[in-house]
This record gives sequence, structure tokens and C-alpha cells, in this order.
Amino acid sequence: MGTLWFWIVAAMLAAYVVLDGFDLGVGALLIFVARTDGERQLALKAIGPVWDGNEVWLLAAGGTLFFAFPLLYASAFSGFYMPLMIVLWLLILRGLAIELRMHTQDTLWRSFWDSVLFLSSSLLAIIFGAALANVIRGVPIGADGFFYLPLWTDWRTGLNPGILDWYTAIGGAMALAALALHGALYLALKTTGAVEARAWNTARRLWPIVTAGTLLSIPATVVARPSSLDNYLGHPATILAPLGVAVALAALVVFLRRRDAFAAFLASCGYLAAMLCGAAAGLYPTLLPSTSSAAMDITVQSAMTGSHSLSVGLVWWSLGTMLALFYFGVVYWLFRGKVSESSGSYGH
Amino acid sequence: MDALTLHRLQFAFTVTYHYLFPQLTMGLALLIVILKTIALRKADERYDVAARFWARIFAINFLLGVVTGIPMEFQFGTNWSVFSRLTGGVIGQPLAMEGVFSFFLESAFLGLFLFGEKRLSRRAHWGSAFLVFLGSWISGFFIIVTDAWMQHPVAYQVLPNGSYELASFWGLLMNPWAWLQYAHTMCGAVVTAAFVVAAVGAFYVLEDRDADSGRIFLKIGVIAGAIACIAQIFPTGDLHGKYMARHQPVAIAAMEGLFHTAKGAPIVLIGQPDFDAQKIDNPLAVNNVLSFLIYGTTEAEVKGLDQFPQDQWPSTLPLLFYSYHIMAGLGTYFVVLMAAAALLLWRGKLFSSRWVLWLLMLSFPLPYIANTAGWMTAEIGRQPWLVYGLLRTSEGYSMQIGAGTTLFSLLGFLGMYSFLSILWILLVYRTIQQGPEAVGAHAGSGHGLTTA
Ligand code: HDD
Ligand code: HEM
Ligand code: HEM
Repeated sequence: MGTLWFWIVAAMLAAYVVLDGFDLGVGALLIFVARTDGERQLALKAIGPVWDGNEVWLLAAGGTLFFAFPLLYASAFSGFYMPLMIVLWLLILRGLAIELRMHTQDTLWRSFWDSVLFLSSSLLAIIFGAALANVIRGVPIGADGFFYLPLWTDWRTGLNPGILDWYTAIGGAMALAALALHGALYLALKTTGAVEARAWNTARRLWPIVTAGTLLSIPATVVARPSSLDNYLGHPATILAPLGVAVALAALVVFLRRRDAFAAFLASCGYLAAMLCGAAAGLYPTLLPSTSSAAMDITVQSAMTGSHSLSVGLVWWSLGTMLALFYFGVVYWLFRGKVSESSGSYGH
Repeated sequence: MDALTLHRLQFAFTVTYHYLFPQLTMGLALLIVILKTIALRKADERYDVAARFWARIFAINFLLGVVTGIPMEFQFGTNWSVFSRLTGGVIGQPLAMEGVFSFFLESAFLGLFLFGEKRLSRRAHWGSAFLVFLGSWISGFFIIVTDAWMQHPVAYQVLPNGSYELASFWGLLMNPWAWLQYAHTMCGAVVTAAFVVAAVGAFYVLEDRDADSGRIFLKIGVIAGAIACIAQIFPTGDLHGKYMARHQPVAIAAMEGLFHTAKGAPIVLIGQPDFDAQKIDNPLAVNNVLSFLIYGTTEAEVKGLDQFPQDQWPSTLPLLFYSYHIMAGLGTYFVVLMAAAALLLWRGKLFSSRWVLWLLMLSFPLPYIANTAGWMTAEIGRQPWLVYGLLRTSEGYSMQIGAGTTLFSLLGFLGMYSFLSILWILLVYRTIQQGPEAVGAHAGSGHGLTTA
């Protein structure tokens, strides 16, 4: 039961990264790929009707984590207090920027919101990457199950790391590159004209960076947390995740050449999902490793709530998620095709 | 200030601020469905215009509800980690259900409702408005289930590691406290929306502009307002109070300022509690009424604070007393005002009764105050418990987070939310100035949530 919920939460987080990832990527690229006011309006039209729903995956994943693994939710959220507060403020600014930029006709306000969107989206991508790296590297969990991380210490991993060290900084940079690529492909898929052309160029330039980063992340992870290899050596099936990453990267380069935006975007979704899957497979059954001793790791067993909760949860969760997928189907279907500068209506 | 106080302040500030938006969201969603229903049945374009205008305001308000709601979902873990660890197995359940069942629903269909008017049939568009309404009311339900469990824990069992687990899913959802609280809170949300709609209507009629819409707003606002204001007191407020007297007698005694146990206890209408001397200054009191309200007879004995050990008294007594009296006082005023307006409406004189229109126009902030005061009553009355009778507030916070860090985040929220308030006022004010004729004349087109 615990294992099932582990994968459910992981899948919800992956859905968040894949979906809101392109919103963040578009935000991070906005001021580069869209130069004029009209172009920026066009780029925003591509994410306008969907960003809020995409963000709900984060809330739903958070809620599900809270209910299935209360101990993990409590330790991780309080231990990462400062970065989470910053995430909250950035999420507020990001939401306002998307909506209010479209709400005002005033050019000064518009350029203000564009900068806010750029800054908040890029920083969110970096922080999410660094957060994942923190989880992989481990944190100094104490005997009471809690920990508290300062923002930075001496930039080294080890017994008492900070939230930012050389390893998590790499994670942040990689996330920014990967989500920017993801956003560029989404723009290539949804827009036309100058924005589309620049999005293709950006995507082509980002691909080598993302690939290099992926290759670098393997030795870096082994140095930061040697035991992350254990699962891979012990369970051959886990090798599927890195394999998926490799296939997705290869497919990306092919589709980039063919200028097939839809296929390239799907490959990028696959890349992100496979990377997260790989991280989850390396961790399981640990949820949050302790840097001090493996005995203090927070694991599926130690963090999960009682079985009655978990079994009723399964019933409503399946029902609710099916409904949610149905709504997403409706919205994305109505919003299919490219957005254009002239038409004001929902959809085409 | 110590870390515990700062955690409490931060949570109280952010949730109180958040709730300013959902109360209008939930109430307005209902009124918009009513407007759309009339438009559909009478095929009357004026009601479509009215619905479009309020949809615009709804969208702005919804955006602020969303961005201030996200911090709430996180702060259980960041600021109340011991509490979350112990009770997550119970309250995590409704919180997760809120996300899965209502936030997805709302976010998906709000987009359709705002931009789909041209592409959807009239019926399908009505349907999307209805689903937005449903989503917001479901969301309110799950969050109230969460709060009600903290007020009146039921359906749980204790695991070997000391944390709480759900013993019965239905028991949790059917918690009687939750249903009473839900009924009362939803009435409060409708009261807020009704006052806001009526106030804007009164403004247009007094200014003699957009008069068609102004009259529709007044009519809808006053009728919905009169019904909701009465239901707010009776039966919902009354039942809520009676149930509380059974399960949180200390909180009732403190709310009423009843220091000493009494038969035929008096109700204090106005007064200033002095907690050191344990008496009320300048009381304006009516004998026997409290006994009657709680037990239905004028003779019954009501327990005063003297019956309970002092370490179980709510920790901020004067604030509790005042917030309760502000809520109940305003509630009485609302009934009088709305009943008078409804009477005038029925006699066909409302639109020319300038003094009532002035009162309606100026009163729209008061339901916000009453709702906030109501929550303060509930939350302060629960003190010193975080989960009533099970876990003390002083034992539930994130102890490893220092006061410095918490002060920093509290100040950050204060600054951020001041900025939000200014934006909200600017946007809503501009929309009201443009007027329904300009805003609502054409079926919406645009792309974000707030553009139309
Ligand atoms: C427009 C808003 C409004 C108005 C006019 C009233 N209330 Fe209220 N009241 C609320 C809005 C509210 C609320 C915000 O909805 C609360 C806060 C928590 C809750 O469940 O509902 C609440 C709570 C609340 C509680 C429970 C406190 C607790 O749970 O500890 C009681 C006993 C009452 N109310 C009673 C009344 C009475 C007797 C009123 C009339 C004279 C009244 N309320 C008017
Ligand atoms: C329904 C969802 C809600 C939940 C689950 C909830 C939960 C909490 C929690 C965990 C605390 C902190 C611990 C404590 O001080 O007891 C708290 C305090 C508080 N909340 Fe709520 N709350 C909810 C709604 C609200 C709303 C809507 C308001 C106001 C409009 C509000 C006002 C307050 C206040 C004023 C405090 C501080 C009480 C004190 O510390 O003395 N709450 N609440
Ligand atoms: C009485 C208390 C509360 C009620 C009735 C309420 C209701 C609502 C409603 C109807 C919405 C929809 C958006 C909007 O209103 O503009 C909303 C948004 C939200 N609320 Fe609350 N809420 C309350 C307190 C809380 C608390 C304590 C939490 C913390 C878990 C919370 C979390 C959220 C979140 C995360 C959102 C954003 C959802 C989205 O993206 O659509 N709320 N709330």
C-alpha cells in the first residue's frame, strides 16, 4: 500500500513538472523569444487558459503527500522553510504577472509584469531543481525526525550541507535549462511567426546544454550520495528510467531536425518524466535520506499513515483523478491548435 | 515575540486575508448562477449583461483567492509541523480531496465560463457557471471539514507512534460540527456577495447611470441578502451556538463574558470585559436570555468561566469577547437593513428611497468584518487547543524554526499582501467605473482568467 502511494505521489509531481513546467519555461524565455508587445501577448495567450489548472497539480500533490505520508510532509516542509516561503511568494507573483499583464492596456505596467514573470518563472525553475537535488542528496534529519537547513553553508555536500551547495546548484541550473527547452517547444507548437521561429532556435541551442547537464548529473549524483546506485545495481528493471531519458534525448534531436513540434514536445515530456522516475527509483523505499545515518532516513514505512486512510483514499483518489483527467482533456481539446495574434476568442 | 506567537500571527494573518476572497467567490458564484438561470428562462439580455459584469469581478477576485490560497496549503507543514505529523492522517484526507475534487473542477470550468460564451450553447454555458459554483462550494466543504475536526475531533484512532489515524471516513465527513459550521459559513458567504451586489446596484441607481443593471443588482442582492441574513442567525447561528455550548462550554462562557455560573444567565449585549477583576464594565444586559438561547428555558444553569481551570481558558479572552459581539451585533443590523430594503422592494419604493440606498451602498464592508470576526471567534475560542482536547497549540508548531526566520516570513507576507490589496482595489474599482453596459455588452473574448 505504501509503495502504491509512493508512486502515486511521484506521478502527481511528475504531472506537475510536465504541465506547469512549460508555463515556467515560457515565462523564463518570454523576454528573449518575444520582443514586441504583440509577440509577448501571443506567447502568453498560449499558456493563459491552462496555467492555473496546471498549477493545481502541485496543490493536489502536496495534499496527497500530506495525507499519505504526514511525517514526510511535516519534516520536509518545515525543514525547507525559507526556500518554500520564497517559492510561495514567487508563485503569487507569477500568477499575478500572467493574468494582470493581459488585463492592462498600459505599456508601462505590461513591461513591469513581463519582468516579474521572467524573474519569478526562472527562479521557480531553479528552486524546484535545487529542491529535487536536496532530496536526492539527503538532509541532516535528527533523531526526532525533523531537520532545519540553512540556505547555504560552505557549498560542500557532507554531513551538514546547506540548501545550496555545488550539487544542488547544478540541479537548479539543469532544471532551468530543461524547463526552458520544454517551454520553447511548447511555444513552437502553439505560436506562429517570429515567436515560433525564435522558439525553434532556442530549443536547438538548449538541447546540447540539457544533454551535457544530464550526462554530468550521473557522476555528480554518485559523488553526492554514493548509495543512490544501490537500487540500480540491485534491481535491473530500474535501468528503464535512464534508458527512457536516453531515448527521449535522442528522439528530441531527431524531431528538432524535422521541425515536428508536437513530437518534440512529447519527447520533452517523456524526458522530464523519465528523469523524475529515475530519481524516484534511485530513492525508493527512502523518501528523504538523512545525511547523518541511514537509520534516520524517512522511508515509506516510517512516514505512511494508517491503512484505513490509505485504502479509502485509493477509492476517491482514483475517482477524482479520472474526473480531473477528463476536465484536462476537455480544456486542452477546446484549446487545441495554434493561438494567433488577431483572434481574440478562446481556442483558435 | 517568541517563535510560537509569530507562527500564530503568520498563520492567522494569511488565512484571514485569504478568506476575504473565497467568501465573495462562493457567494457570487451562487448569485451568478441565479442571474444566468433567469437570463436563460426569460431569454432576457439584461440578465446576461449583469452576469457578464459580475463574472469579470469574480475573475479578479478568484485570482486573488488562488494566489493567497496556495500559501495555506503549505503552511500546515512549514509552520505547524508537529501538528501536521500527528494529525495528517486525518485532516490530510479532506485537504487532499479539496485539491482533487474542487480545485481541478474550478480551474477547468472557470476558463470555459469566462471565454466560452461564444463557442458554447446557452445551456452549456449555464452548465459551466454551475460547475464553477459547485467547485467552489465543494472546496468550502472540505476545508470546513478540516477545521471542524480541529474544533471537534471525531472518527479518529491513535497509532502506536502517537499519531492520529482516520477510523471512519464517513464519520469524518458526517461530523455534525462540520455540517453546522458549513451551513453557517456558506450563509455568511452569500451575505457578503449579496451586500456587494446590492451596494454596486445602489451606487448606479444613486448616480443615475447604468440604471437597468443597477436595479437588477439591487433586486437580486436584496432578496438573496434578506434570506441569507435571516438564515445566518436562525437556524444556523443558533444551532451552532447550542452545539458549541455542549462541546466547548469554556469557549461559550468566554464569548459571552460569563465569569460566574448562573441560573437564568443574562446575555450581555454591550460591555467591556475586565479580566483581571473578572467582571463586565458598563454592561447592557438582559436577564435569563442566555439560558433561554442555549437550553430553551429561562431557568437553566449556564456554566461560567469559574467552572474551568484557568489553563483551559481561551488565551486571548477580550479579543474573543469583542469578535463574537461584533459578529452578532452586525448580524442583527444586517437583518434589519435587508428586511427593510426587501419590504421597500416589495412595495415598489426601493429605487426611490435614497437613504436606504445610501445605507446599502456604504454597508458592503461590514459582512467582511462580520465573517472575519466570526472566524476569530471560532479560532480564538478553540485556544489553548490546536485540536480541541487532544493537542495544545504550544505543542504543535515547527519548533526548529527560529523566531528570526518566522518574523522575516511574516513581514514578507505583510508586504506582499499590502501590494495585493492595492491591486485588487484598483482593478475592482476600474471595473465598477466602466460599468456593466461597457463590460458586459459583448460575450467575452480574451485569454487569461481575468481578461474579458
Ligand atoms: C456575515 C457573517 C456572519 C454573521 C452576520 C454572523 N456570523 Fe456567526 N460566524 C460566521 C459568520 C457570521 C462565520 C465566519 O461563518 C463563522 C466562523 C467560523 C464558522 O464556522 O462560521 C461564524 C461562527 C459562529 C459561531 C461559532 C464559533 C465557533 O465555532 O467557535 C457561533 C456560535 C456563531 N457564529 C453565532 C452567530 C450568531 C448567534 C449570529 C447572529 C446574531 C452570527 N453568528 C452572525
Ligand atoms: C477552515 C479552515 C481553517 C483551518 C484548517 C484553520 C486552522 C488554523 C490553525 C492551524 C491555526 C493556528 C493554530 C492556532 O493558533 O490555533 C489557526 C489560527 C487562527 N485562525 Fe484559523 N483556520 C481556518 C480558517 C480560518 C479563517 C477563515 C480565519 C479568519 C477569517 C481564521 C482565523 C484564525 C485566527 C484569527 C487564528 C489565530 C488564533 C490564535 O492564535 O489565537 N481561520 N487556524
Ligand atoms: C473557511 C476557510 C476557507 C474557505 C471557505 C476556502 C475556500 C476557497 C475557495 C472557494 C477557493 C477558490 C478560489 C477562490 O476562492 O478565489 C479557495 C482557494 C484556495 N484555498 Fe481556500 N478556503 C479557506 C481556507 C483555506 C485554507 C485554510 C487553506 C489551506 C489548506 C486553503 C487553501 C486554498 C488553496 C490552495 C486555494 C487555491 C486553489 C486554486 O488554485 O484553485 N484555503 N479557497
